[in-house]
Amino acid sequence: MTAHVAENIGRHSALAVGRRASAGRTVGGYALRIVLCLVFGLPLLFMILSSFKPDLEIFADVGSVRAFLPVGHLTLDNYTGVFDRVPFWQFLFNSVLISVVTVALGLVVNSMAAYALGRLRFRGRKVILAVILATLIVPFEVLALPLLWWVNKLPWLDANGFSLGWLDTYQVQILPFVANAFSIFLFYQYFDSIPKELDEAAVVDGAGFFRIYRTIVMPLSGPAIATVAILTFLPAWNSYLWPLMVVQSENLRPVMVGIDYFKQLNVSWGQIMAYATMITVPVLALFIAFQRAFINSIASSGVKG
Amino acid sequence: MSQSTMMRPPVPPDVVAPLKAPRSGRGRSQRAVAAWMLTPAAVLGTVFLLVPIALTFVLAFTNARLVSPEPMKFVGFDNFTRLFSDGTFWTSLANTVIFTIVVVPVQAGLALGLALLINVKMRGVNFFRTVYFLPVVTSMVVISMLWLFIYQPNGLLNGLLAKIGVHGPDWLSDTRTALGAIILMSIWQNVGFHMVIWLSGLQTISPSLYEASSLVGATTWQQFRFITWPGLRQTRTFILITITIAAFGLFTQVNIMTQGGPLDHTSTVVYQAVHTGFAQQQTAYASAISLVFFVIVLAVSLVQRYLTRDKDVAR
Repeated sequence: MTAHVAENIGRHSALAVGRRASAGRTVGGYALRIVLCLVFGLPLLFMILSSFKPDLEIFADVGSVRAFLPVGHLTLDNYTGVFDRVPFWQFLFNSVLISVVTVALGLVVNSMAAYALGRLRFRGRKVILAVILATLIVPFEVLALPLLWWVNKLPWLDANGFSLGWLDTYQVQILPFVANAFSIFLFYQYFDSIPKELDEAAVVDGAGFFRIYRTIVMPLSGPAIATVAILTFLPAWNSYLWPLMVVQSENLRPVMVGIDYFKQLNVSWGQIMAYATMITVPVLALFIAFQRAFINSIASSGVKG
Repeated sequence: MSQSTMMRPPVPPDVVAPLKAPRSGRGRSQRAVAAWMLTPAAVLGTVFLLVPIALTFVLAFTNARLVSPEPMKFVGFDNFTRLFSDGTFWTSLANTVIFTIVVVPVQAGLALGLALLINVKMRGVNFFRTVYFLPVVTSMVVISMLWLFIYQPNGLLNGLLAKIGVHGPDWLSDTRTALGAIILMSIWQNVGFHMVIWLSGLQTISPSLYEASSLVGATTWQQFRFITWPGLRQTRTFILITITIAAFGLFTQVNIMTQGGPLDHTSTVVYQAVHTGFAQQQTAYASAISLVFFVIVLAVSLVQRYLTRDKDVAR
């Protein structure tokens, strides 16, 4: 497949030399790009369309173009089936709560740390920064199992009093993902581009450092906030490995773990597609609405190699 | 820090003296403010990152279990001896390495191809970019379920193959095709992510270089070879290292689509660690696997960093 793409780049270039071939080049270029659109788009289209078809019809349609068309007996049965099978609203509420709180806390905690590291002077600043950058290389998968053992020993204090062990809670799905080296790094980098003269002017006016952070630096950091929000939201919404291990109660499960319900007993592909559609469409809608911010946030994750 | 000192406008000498006293007070308050602003991140980072890193090293040498009535005790290298004589571990490691060796070049290459295709001025290019990127914003869990259907013996792929007269295998249950099937869908899901990163690299290359080279009659291939490729050096290093680390972490697809089967043909290091550490509650053994995994990832990324840096000096 690599060779195929390389060949196309090559063909593209050969045509680029001869100006006369430009019409053919445009048609060929479009054809290639459209074929690729089908490769990436059709499976998702199939998922959404199949969620409205009975199982028999899904299997009957696979050999034909009907699989990618809204034809046949279209019904909402799969969706009602999903609501019968799982507490969907509870799962959705859990995922929204976990993602939103993780993003909100992450924005505050990481931007404060980045501000302190980038704008304030104190001993040990460089060491802390080096430690943060070094942890970027540790994949979460390495920590998951020791972390599982560890959170099972942590204490917690709430309205119900003191308890040991965080398994089966909301906080165990949120707090480990709040402080994030990469988010700190992104904020740190962005703050660096905000002129320090602004701070100094505010200091002369008698503003405290926290006030400068809150009223000057953060309001100017919209793009960094959007980037960190998106890069925190996606893994929080999509998280699967961690909640699979730490949550046992149904009423604390996020949407991704809910999919396991559909793999047991009486597999209904129509219901699976309906559930998959329901937990995907909100994110796809967000993506399409805030496309530029999404793409920029991913792009900025590669700016500094 | 030193920059701000340098950038401060020169102050007449007689003004400096009265400012001195408040400045040192500011310094102290700066330290205090810095301390409390760093505290939340420092506490969370220590509890959920630094301590677990340290624990990986400690637990790997104990008999710790997730829940255990017996007190934990040190057992030396027992976990590692057991690990290195465990056939499943070597199979899982081999699968992980094969997956990585295939995915890294193929995915990086395809992503670069896509990036070049959408880094042009033409109508509809934003639409193409959006569609290529759709699988990236879709969760791997959903993608895995979708491809589980695509790969069914009577699923979408075999349905399409039957159209052209090919009788497709049971992709995920056949030992010859299972890992390949997982590789294919993994690339399909992820390639858009690295496309965007290549694209941001492409856009840092000055258009004037292309204009100048067209004037002297360079072909598109020559432009790619002598302008684009060298201009992407930093992006290349970044992509190489991130794809490698991500590929080593292969888990979700395997857990949903094959559970490591058939006959461990799709088992991976992380899958095995989760399976023993969570399903069988053997925390210590899983920590040993994690530690070996970490050492491998670290070694590979150091080697990659060294190799890419070496070329840099040579150029």
